[in-house]
Amino acid sequence: MGQIQLNQVTKSFGDVQVIPPLDLTIEDGEFTVFVGPSGCGKSTLLRLIAGLEDITSGHIAIDGADATNLPPAKRGLAMVFQSYALYPHMSVRKNIAFPMRMAKMPEDEQNRRIEAAAKALNLTDYLDRRPGQLSGGQRQRVAIGRAIVREPSAFLFDEPLSNLDAALRVGMRLEISEMHERLKATMIYVTHDQVEAMTMADKIVVLRAGFIEQVGSPLELYHKPRNTFVAGFIGSPKMNLIEGPEAQKHGVHTIGIRPEHVQVSKTEGTWKGTVGVAEHLGSDTYIHVHETGLGDLFTVRISGDIPVRHGDTIFLTPDMEQLHKFDENGLRLP
Amino acid sequence: MARAVTQQRKIINTTAAWAVGLLIFFPILWTILTSFKTEATAIADPPVFLAFDWTLENYGVVLERSNYARFLWNSIIIAGGSTILGLIIAVPAAWSMAFVPSRKTKDILLWMLSTKMLPAVGVLYPIYLIFIKMGLLDTRAGLIIVLMLMNLPIIVWMLYTYFKEIPGEILEAGRMDGAGLKDEILFILTPMAIPGIASTMLLNFILAWNEAFWTLNLTAAKAAPLTAFIASYSSPEGLFFAKLSAASTMAIAPILILGWFSQKQLVSGLTFGAVK
Repeated sequence: MGQIQLNQVTKSFGDVQVIPPLDLTIEDGEFTVFVGPSGCGKSTLLRLIAGLEDITSGHIAIDGADATNLPPAKRGLAMVFQSYALYPHMSVRKNIAFPMRMAKMPEDEQNRRIEAAAKALNLTDYLDRRPGQLSGGQRQRVAIGRAIVREPSAFLFDEPLSNLDAALRVGMRLEISEMHERLKATMIYVTHDQVEAMTMADKIVVLRAGFIEQVGSPLELYHKPRNTFVAGFIGSPKMNLIEGPEAQKHGVHTIGIRPEHVQVSKTEGTWKGTVGVAEHLGSDTYIHVHETGLGDLFTVRISGDIPVRHGDTIFLTPDMEQLHKFDENGLRLP
Repeated sequence: MARAVTQQRKIINTTAAWAVGLLIFFPILWTILTSFKTEATAIADPPVFLAFDWTLENYGVVLERSNYARFLWNSIIIAGGSTILGLIIAVPAAWSMAFVPSRKTKDILLWMLSTKMLPAVGVLYPIYLIFIKMGLLDTRAGLIIVLMLMNLPIIVWMLYTYFKEIPGEILEAGRMDGAGLKDEILFILTPMAIPGIASTMLLNFILAWNEAFWTLNLTAAKAAPLTAFIASYSSPEGLFFAKLSAASTMAIAPILILGWFSQKQLVSGLTFGAVK
């Protein structure tokens, strides 16, 4: 069980409203990712759900029961923090045992769960060490172990991977996704990294300045962004947004085309431009094209086999099927 | 790479440090030396440094004339009691100031410190009258309360500084793990702050041990600690420097020994946050 409902929730710090009235339902067993640029209120929203911050108005229900005024300890949620927040004075074993000790669970049951968690997280050899003697990845695993042993109704992750190096991050991403498959538990995951959001989520909630810009599955957001903000935020490299005469040809204010939906030719095409920086990733090449007459820098993504060099003239042809159209308010047009 | 320190520079620094140390320690050393002199040698002009007939006579007289054990016991009870009571009040206070500060927290901290700027004698009358009314004159309980109140601002300030260094996320993790306020303070905050709490205790114990103004004014016979024991030798019968020194030495010896063994703790505590 682990359905979480937010009903007209707001949060203000002093006179500043950081979360305007907000409604959101997170279904049982769902992996939901809150994503958005820094300062969009995603961490605050998570902390409101956790109970670490008091909401200014509105209601929060967990499994149908009102939890608005419950302290964090009574909400039955577990949280993994960005800084891991392990207890430095306790061994790994005691860290993992702490929530069970607080719940006054029988000792043999505690030990059984510690062993099981340690085995699943490759921590068996480290149970008697202190957090200070572990690497970043191991610390993160201890934090996850501490969260899973009490079998919470939902897991909250606050940018848990941002302190890890790139290689470890990919590994832990997979581990968390696998854990979700195995436990079938509700998980809410906060990140500013849209790649993490796309790869892990069942449902993505895109936030900007406390407002929910769009809620949907990763592919819904990719194929049908509700507005230009989501269009630009989801997908990497980001969508090219074009205003002006070229958009007016289609009878709209703004058109958008993703870098991967543009054909590149050396001889003919809809738009002409000059190659600026070409980023070779091996499998793909990202080309930043200048002097297209389309406004800003235009990005295209082509196969890594095609040779292009700085200063080359190229022609670009968008795939009309994949063209996104937006009105003057930035909202999607059918 | 660290800055290269030449041998010569090292010698100069070491000599200078010892010189300053001895300068500060000299009055105490002189007191200790004087306690082993006869009354005549004690006031000899020019003063004698080491070449005198060492005697334990003063200690004998002092022990015979006064009940050292009772004064010592009072000192321990009063300094220890005020320290423990102070911590019981200061730990939650510092917790709330460090982790759930309000807009007035900084003001409250400054206000608390400002009470230390008032000369103690300014509140002697009201406190004396309150003590009479409540029957606290010449009781250990009364002194424990007064000394605790005198040192409370310092305890709260020190603990506040320590607690500020503890990441709030760890306490939040505790809350998420089901710890109530009591568990949070008992199982997470306090163990993490043990070094800070220990040096706060130590400093407070020393301050309370050496406190003379209130102990002299509010006690007579029953609750008098070692400060009163010293004072009883700077007496109307004239000046007996050797005996006064013996009494002083006996009064400061316990705290000196305690300080000696815990100096590492004390230094690391007092420079906490300043040196990383």
